[in-house]
Amino acid sequence: MQRSEAFRDPSIVEKLRARIWAVSRKPVRIMEFCGTHTHAIHRFGIRQLLPPTIEMFSGPGCPVCVTDNTDIDYAIALSKRPDIIVATFGDLLKVPGTRESLLTSKAEGARVTMVYSPLDALNLAADNPASLVVFLGIGFETTAPAVGASVAEAESRGLDNYAVLSMHKLTPPAMRAILDSREIGLDGILCPGHVSTVTGWKAWQFLTDSYHIPAAVAGFEPVDILWAILEIVRQCEEGKPRVANAYPRSVRPEGTRPAREMMERVFEKGPACWRGLGAIPGSGLSIRDEYGRHDARRLFDVEVPESSVPDGCHCGEVIRGIRKPDKCPLFKTICTPLHPVGPCMVSSEGSCAAYYLYG
Amino acid sequence: MSHELIEGLFVRYFGNPLLLPLEDASTFRLPQGKAAFTTDSYVVKPLFFPGGNIGRLSVCGTVNDLSMRGAEPLYLSAGFIIEEGFAVADLEKIVVSMSEATHEAGVSIVCGDTKVVERRAADGLYINTAGVGVVPDGVDISVQRALPGDAVIVSGTIGDHGVTVLSQRQSLHFRSPLISDVAPLNRLVRSMLDASPTIRVLRDPTRGGIATTLKEIAGNSSVGIEIDEELIPVSEAVKAACEMLGLDYLYLANEGKLVAVVPEGDAGRVLEAMRGNIYGKNAAIIGHVTQDHPGIVTIRNSYGIKRIVEMLASDQFPRIC
Amino acid sequence: MCLAVPALITKIDGVMADAELAGNQTSVNILFTPEVRVGDYVIMHAGYAISVMNSAEAEETFQLLEEMAGLDAEE
Repeated sequence: MQRSEAFRDPSIVEKLRARIWAVSRKPVRIMEFCGTHTHAIHRFGIRQLLPPTIEMFSGPGCPVCVTDNTDIDYAIALSKRPDIIVATFGDLLKVPGTRESLLTSKAEGARVTMVYSPLDALNLAADNPASLVVFLGIGFETTAPAVGASVAEAESRGLDNYAVLSMHKLTPPAMRAILDSREIGLDGILCPGHVSTVTGWKAWQFLTDSYHIPAAVAGFEPVDILWAILEIVRQCEEGKPRVANAYPRSVRPEGTRPAREMMERVFEKGPACWRGLGAIPGSGLSIRDEYGRHDARRLFDVEVPESSVPDGCHCGEVIRGIRKPDKCPLFKTICTPLHPVGPCMVSSEGSCAAYYLYG
Repeated sequence: MSHELIEGLFVRYFGNPLLLPLEDASTFRLPQGKAAFTTDSYVVKPLFFPGGNIGRLSVCGTVNDLSMRGAEPLYLSAGFIIEEGFAVADLEKIVVSMSEATHEAGVSIVCGDTKVVERRAADGLYINTAGVGVVPDGVDISVQRALPGDAVIVSGTIGDHGVTVLSQRQSLHFRSPLISDVAPLNRLVRSMLDASPTIRVLRDPTRGGIATTLKEIAGNSSVGIEIDEELIPVSEAVKAACEMLGLDYLYLANEGKLVAVVPEGDAGRVLEAMRGNIYGKNAAIIGHVTQDHPGIVTIRNSYGIKRIVEMLASDQFPRIC
Repeated sequence: MCLAVPALITKIDGVMADAELAGNQTSVNILFTPEVRVGDYVIMHAGYAISVMNSAEAEETFQLLEEMAGLDAEE
């Protein structure tokens, strides 16, 4: 039951597909907020299964894509200090900053190491007392608790050579920003399944209460995604918006409390700058004073040359969903996975990478 | 790490009439046919992994490159660049592996060289092997020869080597039941050619996986290739590891597998011959060559949706987002 | 934005647990899911369990899907 295979069953996928075709009459525009959903939708060919009445838009839920250039440049500048080891998820390695990437910095001798978990970065700090380990904290509510736990652990173990550069962001404020901008007339939101696992599906209640927009929380297998889309289409047809939970095997109303508590304990909310969306108040997480010893932003005063976005890069519009990747003039011509201009092409969750790889 | 020591190891484990008496060059006559010549350098990390090591890899890799042209591999050279301080016991294990691989493949190492470099200049050990073989008359296997209608065959489960090497990375701390598939494929190829001398293409999908190999074939032969996801042999462990790390097994390296393109009418015979060999027991037809969309490879999923398989720009990294 | 996979808990030792994914073994931190038991599946992300999978819910999901898929004639 819990195995992914069951939720990829072709006969169930076919039944859901037929159901969606049968029910969907009105044209609807659905945004999948989450980058992992963008990736899954392309990988499984979900778009090709849907009727022409449904148009999918990719939202800004790709943590790598929405990380501002200044943050990437800052991380790269940190890596150039000989006393620092930068530990990072693999996702950030190839992202181009203004001048280079972490990978090229590593090739030039910087100590940059890839880890699967912030726990590994913590162990790295314990094993290298003469160096400072800075973990690059990207990700939304799914990841922030784990990173927070590593800070709390460092504090309790007295590991003063462990710090985190928090670039964590929160999803509801960004979702509000997209809806408030009204750049696309959206009819439904596919809510992120693993963020919701932590926050609880009730975190999206504002979509019904304030925006009256249909929503469904979805998992990441084809059956999950189609079921959620069916839910949204039904709500649209009936004119009865609500937040449906189409991922009940992982998502509960209140989420995972210990994870949320850890986030609140270590981080505080503040403004954050989202590539493509600009500054959004209350959308970023920074490390609280009590854990200031492990806050890379407070510890390091690094000279960062001026950041800029390359000419012609339309990542901002792609991130907001108002430009489809194949409508960007640089797509596939100048901007390719081998020579990415912007993060949407580098990150596996970026829309452009998904379009490029999966068509 | 003295020269005498290294030479002693080579003599003991590689010793054959062509190698001894350690002349400046080995001389030999080649049998009838077209000579084939290849080289590759091996810089794999870690040096030792479940199922093999850099030594076995260096012999099998070169034997296989020759086999992919239908050549009978005969003689190999082996050049070693060794970092000062490299453990002699490890070097011995590697040399022993190479010797065993040469015996399994029926080839000989007939010349070699070693250089010792200062610490940190070679990351432990690098090996280069070059190989000479002979392509029998009448055999013409090339990446340019695929034709519409041909069957595309893969010799067994994919991604095993890639996942095994990843599982050795400390930072990923997962232990896999998988072992590398590194193996010499010349006898498998021999049995395939005996079943059908009309084999058009053979390629070993090493770095970049079968996706890259199929793309190369499609591009070089100016044909389209269509494969079916459900037909690709892949183990549950590889699938699960890929899900966990966010990787695609189509792009993972294989070191004991081959992709073959054969005329449709011969596919059954070739498949039967492959399955009779230890390194081909899971061989399967995974798709066909088409005249549509030349240069492009498509994969059909279990929902009937086709998507395009692109070449990856560079190696995949495990991801979290 | 969140690659997370189901993993089977095979052993628990304080805040760390051994987990299995189709034969692959790894370790997962269960700080956020103290209620987990050996034999449960968790959703694992970045080395942490972020929820315990609810098998009752999974069963129910299947029934619901089967039901819904069977309602082709209605609506």
